[in-house]
Amino acid sequence: MLGVEDLSISFGGLAALSGLSFAVRDREIFALIGPNGAGKSTVFNVITGLYRPSHGRVTLGGDDLLALAPHQIARRGVARTFQNTEVFRQLTALDNVLIGRHGHLRTGVITGALWLPRVRQEEARARESAYALLTRFGLAAVAAVEAGGLPLGAQKRLEIARALASEPRLLLLDEPAGGLNPTETQTLMAVIRRLRDESGLTIVVVEHDMELVMGISDRVAVLDHGRKIAEGRPHEIATDAAVVEAYLGSEEDA
Amino acid sequence: MRHAALATGAAVVVGWPWAAPRYFVFLASLIAINAIVAIGLNLLSGYTNQLSFGHAGFLAIGAYAAAILTIRAPALPVPAALLLAGLVTAAVGLALGVPCLRLEGLYLAMATLAFGFVVVEAILNLDWLTRGNDGLRVPAARLGPWTLATDTARYYLVVTVAALLIVAAVNITRTRTGRALLAIRESEIAAQASGINLAAYKTLAFVVSAFYTGVAGGLFALVVGFLSPDSFDVFLSVDFVAMIIVGGLGSILGSVVGAALITTLNDSLAGFQNYRPLIFGAILIASMLFMPGGIARALGTIVRPARAAAPPEPPRQGEDR
Repeated sequence: MLGVEDLSISFGGLAALSGLSFAVRDREIFALIGPNGAGKSTVFNVITGLYRPSHGRVTLGGDDLLALAPHQIARRGVARTFQNTEVFRQLTALDNVLIGRHGHLRTGVITGALWLPRVRQEEARARESAYALLTRFGLAAVAAVEAGGLPLGAQKRLEIARALASEPRLLLLDEPAGGLNPTETQTLMAVIRRLRDESGLTIVVVEHDMELVMGISDRVAVLDHGRKIAEGRPHEIATDAAVVEAYLGSEEDA
Repeated sequence: MRHAALATGAAVVVGWPWAAPRYFVFLASLIAINAIVAIGLNLLSGYTNQLSFGHAGFLAIGAYAAAILTIRAPALPVPAALLLAGLVTAAVGLALGVPCLRLEGLYLAMATLAFGFVVVEAILNLDWLTRGNDGLRVPAARLGPWTLATDTARYYLVVTVAALLIVAAVNITRTRTGRALLAIRESEIAAQASGINLAAYKTLAFVVSAFYTGVAGGLFALVVGFLSPDSFDVFLSVDFVAMIIVGGLGSILGSVVGAALITTLNDSLAGFQNYRPLIFGAILIASMLFMPGGIARALGTIVRPARAAAPPEPPRQGEDR
């Protein structure tokens, strides 16, 4: 479904990714792990069109994503969350999710200004589905609260709800468990699994929390200094010598 | 409660010309015109975070367009002249908005500031069309069989147009377009990731903002009756920015309140020209320090606790996807 081939990108002469390739299958949960600065978030930023790589290809179901602008990539069914949560802080939780539905709504500036019957219907339907998503993520009670005022855990869930509002095919989760306590992480794991099992999503997750990675991933790729040093099933990765060295080395530094 | 407030407000607006002295009818027209500009500017700066110090330029374009149309085509009904003034200004907004896509913050402020100066220079140099420094007398507007020759008649025209544009702005901001603009203000990368075309919406904000200001310019020409380039100097642009900062960035109602406040203040300080910048500066600084969200937000925090206590809208069942 998602194909990344021979991807290279550097910032100011420093190679952030070099010759990275991996392929994510339909309805798979694929994890990208690696020490800090390994280039994991950079991969997401390339897939979503924020960075232009110097070399390589990114395809989604055969379409070349590198030829598209970020908003076009989003409309092709790629949704994401951000490492340092990027909720729309001064907008309500409901508005955050409604913005996620942007690509599915038709109202323009003139039809909106005239508040036509079909605009009213579209708004009502959008609000209904946004409420349904907020309810599903336990956020219905804070629908009218400004997102910036929510606790971090709620902001993270809101970000996922906003991403799902676009009805994506591919969901990219950047450190979804960052800052969550163990109980919240357990809930999150169940949520991610259900998204794949019930909604049929393909999910790529960047994560440091090994419990989450080992618990939900079908396959794991390990990055170190912009290169892939291992790929395989979770239990294979856990015993891989190169991985243990790269990972434990960085854990000692930390 | 909300309906009662709206009805009272409407009654005051409609009854104003009978209750107030003639000068205050003129002043109320100016307030309504400035409210339209403030709404337009707020859509650009408060909603989309593109600061403009050149809106006096857009106002001038709308004013001269409406005046020249009324002079050259006296049979043209007022609504058509105003609409054309808005569209001409919107086209200029498009032409300015596209190159401004590459600019942000201070650089955008500088570019729009320069735009304001360019417009004044253009008016001076196109004197075959605008009569330059001599100024342009605007004939009384015609609406069907009537000539809008009195302050009261012009007042009703202005408040009708303002009411329509306020309702339109409220509708725009509560639907998809308004949310997209706010999303861009809050986080450009998250907005893009939500499928919002940044370039298209930033340009759209310029176009809509210019349209509003152009229509306001047309009304300004009719109400004031005489145009000269020095009516559209940079201080007017700064006044517009002051209106939305004091009223509240990202608020339509705040734009109207801010316009009313600054216009009234400007008028009452007319006798103290030398102290005007001082008083204005003090108000701006105080408002940014003590009321960062403007009057709209300050009022909101008083009103909101009551709303937050109400139970949330019940979620519908069976919509889960």
